[in-house]
Amino acid sequence: MERAALRKSGPKILKILVLAFFTVALAFPFFWMLIATFKQNIDLYTVENNPFLFNLPPTLDHLRFLFTQTRFLRWLGNTALVGVLVVAITLLLALPAAYALARLTGRWGERLGIAIFLTYLIPPTLLFIPLSRVVAILGLQDSIFSVVLVYPSMTIPFSIWLLMGFFKSIPKELEDAAMVDGLSRFGAFIKMVVPISVSGILTVVIFAFTLVTQEFVYALTFISPESNQMVGVGIPIFLVRGDVYYWGSLMAACLVASLPIAVLYNLFLDRFIAGFTVGSVK
Amino acid sequence: MFAPSVLYIALLIGVPFILAVLYAFSDARIGSTGFHYVGLENFRSILHSPSFRKALRNSIVFTLCAQAIVIVCSNILSIALEKPFRGRGFIRFLILLPWVAPVSLGTIGWKWILDSIYSVITWVLVALHLYKPYSAPMWLGEPHLAMASVILVHCWRLIPFSTVIMLAGRSAIPREIPEAAAIDGAGFWRTLFQINIPMMTPILSVAVLFGIIFTFTDMTVVYILTAGGPFDSTQTLPSLAFATGIAGSDLAAGAAISLFLVPVLVAVAYLMLRIAHRTEVT
Repeated sequence: MERAALRKSGPKILKILVLAFFTVALAFPFFWMLIATFKQNIDLYTVENNPFLFNLPPTLDHLRFLFTQTRFLRWLGNTALVGVLVVAITLLLALPAAYALARLTGRWGERLGIAIFLTYLIPPTLLFIPLSRVVAILGLQDSIFSVVLVYPSMTIPFSIWLLMGFFKSIPKELEDAAMVDGLSRFGAFIKMVVPISVSGILTVVIFAFTLVTQEFVYALTFISPESNQMVGVGIPIFLVRGDVYYWGSLMAACLVASLPIAVLYNLFLDRFIAGFTVGSVK
Repeated sequence: MFAPSVLYIALLIGVPFILAVLYAFSDARIGSTGFHYVGLENFRSILHSPSFRKALRNSIVFTLCAQAIVIVCSNILSIALEKPFRGRGFIRFLILLPWVAPVSLGTIGWKWILDSIYSVITWVLVALHLYKPYSAPMWLGEPHLAMASVILVHCWRLIPFSTVIMLAGRSAIPREIPEAAAIDGAGFWRTLFQINIPMMTPILSVAVLFGIIFTFTDMTVVYILTAGGPFDSTQTLPSLAFATGIAGSDLAAGAAISLFLVPVLVAVAYLMLRIAHRTEVT
């Protein structure tokens, strides 16, 4: 009787244990940021104190310091501005390209699509050295426009790939009908195709924006002044203040910057994954 | 209509790539505009440098170890997450945090967890009487532990990504097949190895190929966690390319080092194409 009960509930208990273990292990660094954000310095830096408990009352000092004494808000602003510009450039270039490729029938359309997808695999660490020269020659060094110029080369390929999928699912007859009614091909695209593809376009917007917030190598290479940093580089490089104990405000910055991006990305994750899997799931 | 995109990508990916190759055969340095062909000189000198050999070895070791751990863990985790349960959305969000939050910020969280004095891991080990106070190892200060830490952070970041890809693959298996197998008396392991894994091979390979690219070409984790140290023990090709090419102003040698990423990228691109092609045919 007991064994039967165990056999029945055994897998379930195992599953709960697996989930509990991975959830704790994967989310732990963020939980740890949360704890450090609200701990007083004396509490953080007393080795004997139990680090899981608030041995002294929680404090808002680190957050106050972060928002008033550092360039944190400036970095968030830079990142948002770059994000908006990169999204605009990406849409401007990727929308027509994806539409054309989706309507390009036959093997060549498919091949060109896959070739564009493959350029997404080229990592920043392969190109950052020559690009640093290019950026310097264009006079964009240390300016946020250096990354505004370069990031679309990372967002456009995957965006074309995602949008192609959306456009292919729209029947061609729809545009033909609109064109019979007197619209140009461009007019038909703007008036008929774009409105139906809003969710696909939104996916691309979120993809491009979150990529801007996550990129590290280019931003680190091209931009040196503290006030022109993107948030992902500014925090690890400029919030570390010599020998002074800085972990409270550093952890607060990580948490405050990560969570909104994480929530945004999470909402659209399933669509990105569908793109990543190159159609290996039907 | 795809001409502007193709042009943009050609100018910002194609041209820098050609420049990278040219630099690798030149004596280009930051601050000098001179450009002389020096043949294989850069390659000869980096192949003789112990740092380079360590970096090459580490890049390979980190990638292989991380991928092996990631495949096993994400497989287990995707099985546990497959069936709906209460609170699954929230658990999924927590599990995905390492992937959806900016990697540079998550890595700082780990830097605090692995701190030389205030590490929570050290505190737990001391509390369990496994180490005497102040005698626990410095996680990022000893070569082998630092290497293990880098692998750990890579796994932490990639398990969520790989898990969602596998969930997508699992949901694509027609329900009738495992059910039929169960009726025929196949147990859990048999179903796993003879049905689920073979049917998921294409998507499993996509997850692995992306994982290889993300680990092999990553610089962010190493740069923030250890900056390649102690004694180059965690240096990888991208981080050495940065240290040489940008921090050390030797663009030519940096470019030559980063070119060693290309064979792996080409191999991965080739395999991706094969997967895309195969799923297209069937």
